[in-house]
Amino acid sequence: MPPAKFTSYYGRPILKPPVWTWEIAAYLFTGGVAAGSSLLAAGGQLTGRAEVRRAGRFTALAAVTASAGLLVKDLGRPERFHHMLRVAKPTSPMSVGTWILTAYGPAAGLAAVAEAAPLLPTRGPLGVARRVLPPVGSAAGLAAAVAAPALGTYTAVLLADTAVPSWHEAYADLPFVFAGSALASGAGVGLLAVSPSEAGPARRLAVAGAGLELLGAHRVENRLGLLSEPYRTGRAGRLLRAGRALTVAGVAGALLGRRSRLVSAVSGAALLAASVATRFGVFHAGVASARDPKYTVVPQRARLDRRAAESDR
Amino acid sequence: MVDSPGRPAASVSAVSAADPATSAGWVDAPPRMGFFTDTSVCIGCKACEVACKEWNGVPTSGLDLLGMSYDNTGALTANSWRHVAFVEQHRPDGHGTPPAGGNPTDASASAASAARSAGSTNPTGTEPGVLPGEPAAAARMTEFLGMPASGPPGRTGSAQGRSDFRWLMMSDVCKHCTRAGCLDVCPTGALFRTEFGTVVVQEDICNGCGYCVSACPYGVIDRRVDDGRVWKCTLCYDRIGAGLTPACAQACPTESIQYGPLDELRERAAARVATLRERGEPQARLYGHDPHDGVGGDGAFFLLLDEPEVYGLPPDPQVTTRDLPAMWRRAGLAALAMTAAAVGAFLGGRR
Repeated sequence: MPPAKFTSYYGRPILKPPVWTWEIAAYLFTGGVAAGSSLLAAGGQLTGRAEVRRAGRFTALAAVTASAGLLVKDLGRPERFHHMLRVAKPTSPMSVGTWILTAYGPAAGLAAVAEAAPLLPTRGPLGVARRVLPPVGSAAGLAAAVAAPALGTYTAVLLADTAVPSWHEAYADLPFVFAGSALASGAGVGLLAVSPSEAGPARRLAVAGAGLELLGAHRVENRLGLLSEPYRTGRAGRLLRAGRALTVAGVAGALLGRRSRLVSAVSGAALLAASVATRFGVFHAGVASARDPKYTVVPQRARLDRRAAESDR
Repeated sequence: MVDSPGRPAASVSAVSAADPATSAGWVDAPPRMGFFTDTSVCIGCKACEVACKEWNGVPTSGLDLLGMSYDNTGALTANSWRHVAFVEQHRPDGHGTPPAGGNPTDASASAASAARSAGSTNPTGTEPGVLPGEPAAAARMTEFLGMPASGPPGRTGSAQGRSDFRWLMMSDVCKHCTRAGCLDVCPTGALFRTEFGTVVVQEDICNGCGYCVSACPYGVIDRRVDDGRVWKCTLCYDRIGAGLTPACAQACPTESIQYGPLDELRERAAARVATLRERGEPQARLYGHDPHDGVGGDGAFFLLLDEPEVYGLPPDPQVTTRDLPAMWRRAGLAALAMTAAAVGAFLGGRR
C-alpha cells in the first residue's frame, strides 16, 4: 500500500483515542472465558459429564467476578458503577452489556455455588439446601448458558459502536472473532481441568472456536483496506500473530495429544493464552487507528470522493 | 423553560420531525439554538477561550508552547471547551485569496521544525487530552511558518521570494450534533438532550466510563484525570435558559461566533458564504450545516476557508450508531454460531 498523502492539523489526531486501559482488554478475555465456560458447563450438565460441568461452572464464576472487578476499576468514578443501572438503553452497547451481565452473573454464580451441595450435612436446614441446590444449580446453569452467547459477542458491538476507525469498520467480523475466541478459551478450560476421557467435547469446541476466530481475524486483517493496517502492524500486529500461532498450536495439541493429560493441559493453556493475545491485539489496533489522523482522514476523504463521483454520473 | 402567558405554544406537530429536542421527548420545545462560527472574521484573540473558562469555571489547561503557530491550547479537551486553531499557509497570487499586498512574507521555519513540534503536548490535566501528532503528517501540513518572530512571518529582507500567505484562525467547539454519538452510547443517561436541542453532561450522574470519548466523531469530549468525569461545552445551558448569550459568543469582538436559533443562523451563513465567494474567496464553504450529513447536521456549524481536515476537523463524520442495527444483527449471528458450535461439540463425535 503506498503511503497515504493527507492533510491534517499539525499531524495531531482528530479523534480522542479510547480512555479505556488494559482492564477493558482484559475484560474482553474474562467475559469470553465466562461465556465459553458456561456453555461447556451446560453441555457437561446435559450429557452427564460431571467433571466438565464442575470445571465450567467454577471457571465461569471466577471469570465473571474478575470481569465485574475490571469493569468497575476502569471507571473514572468507580464508586458510581451503579449509575449503569439507572437506565436500559438499546442504543448503548455498554448499557445492554450491563444488563446481560446482570442476568448472567447471578445465574453463573448460583450454578457454581450449587456444586458445593455434596459438602453440606444431610440433616437440618443445611440438609434442605443440600437437596434443593442441585436442581436450582441446573436451572441456573442453563440460564447462564442461554445468556452466554450474548455475553461472548456483545463486546464486539461495544468496540464497533465507536468512532474508532478500525473498530467501527470491522463491525461485521469482530463478533465472529470474539465468539470464536470465547469458545476456544472455554475449550481451553475444559482441556486444562478435565481428564482426557471426558475432554472430547472440549476438543471439538476448540476446533470450532479456533476456526471462527481465525476466519474472522483473517477478514479483519485483510478486508478493511487501509483500516486493516493497524491490525497487521506494531504491537497489535505482533499480538494478533502470537494469538494465531498459539491457537494453531493449541488445536493441534488438543487433537494429537488426546491420550495425554499433560499435552491436553498444555494445549488448553495455549488456547487461553491465544485468547488473551487476540483480545489485546484487537484492542490495541483500535487505539492505534484513533491516534493517527491518517485513519480518520483518508477513508472519509475516499468516501466523499466516491459520493462526488456517483453524483456526477 | 418557564411558560410565559400569552406566548403561543408551538404544537408538537408544527415542529419539524428532525428537531432533536422534540424527538428526545420535549413537549413545546423552544427553537433549536446553536452557534455559527464564521472563521473568515476570526482574529485569533482567544477571548472565547477565556470567557468560556471564566463563566464555566473550567480549570486551567496547562501552559506549554506547542510550536503550532499561536495555538498553545492544542485541542478541545475537558479543560478547554473552545479551542482556537491557527493555520499558516502560503498561497500563490490569484489562488483563491487576494494578494496579501504590503508586507513581504516567506517561510521562516522548515518542515523539520514542524515535525519536531509534533511531539509537544500540554499538561491539560485531562485524558486523552492533547496528544502528540504524527511527525511526517505535521511536516506535510500546508506551509508551516514556525513560531512568531519580531517581524512579520517570513520577512527575508529582500524582494525576492516574496509570496502571499494567509493565516487561518478558527474557534472550534462541541458540535451539538443532531444525531449525537456520545449521547447514544452513554450507559448512565448522564448525557442528555436539552430543550434547546443541545447535548449536555449531567455531572452528578457521569461515572466516567469513557464510552462517549470513543464515540465522538469529532474528538471533542474528554475526561478530567482528577475527578474522573467527562466535560465539554454545554452551550452555556445556564445562560441560554435565562435568555442570555453564551459566554464565548458574548465575548467575541468580531462576531465570528454567532449565537441564535439554528434556522436563522443557517440562513445567515448561506448568505455570508455567497458574499465571500462573490468577493473572490472560492474556497469559502460551510461545514456541519447540512441536516443530511452523517450526523444529521451540527448545532454548532462553521464557515471555513479550506478543507475541514486543515483545521483538524473530520471531512465526513458519521454517527457510529447509524450502523448499530447492522452490528447487532452480526452479533446475533455470531451468538447463534456460538450456540450451534457448543451443541455440535457435545452431540457430535464418539466420546
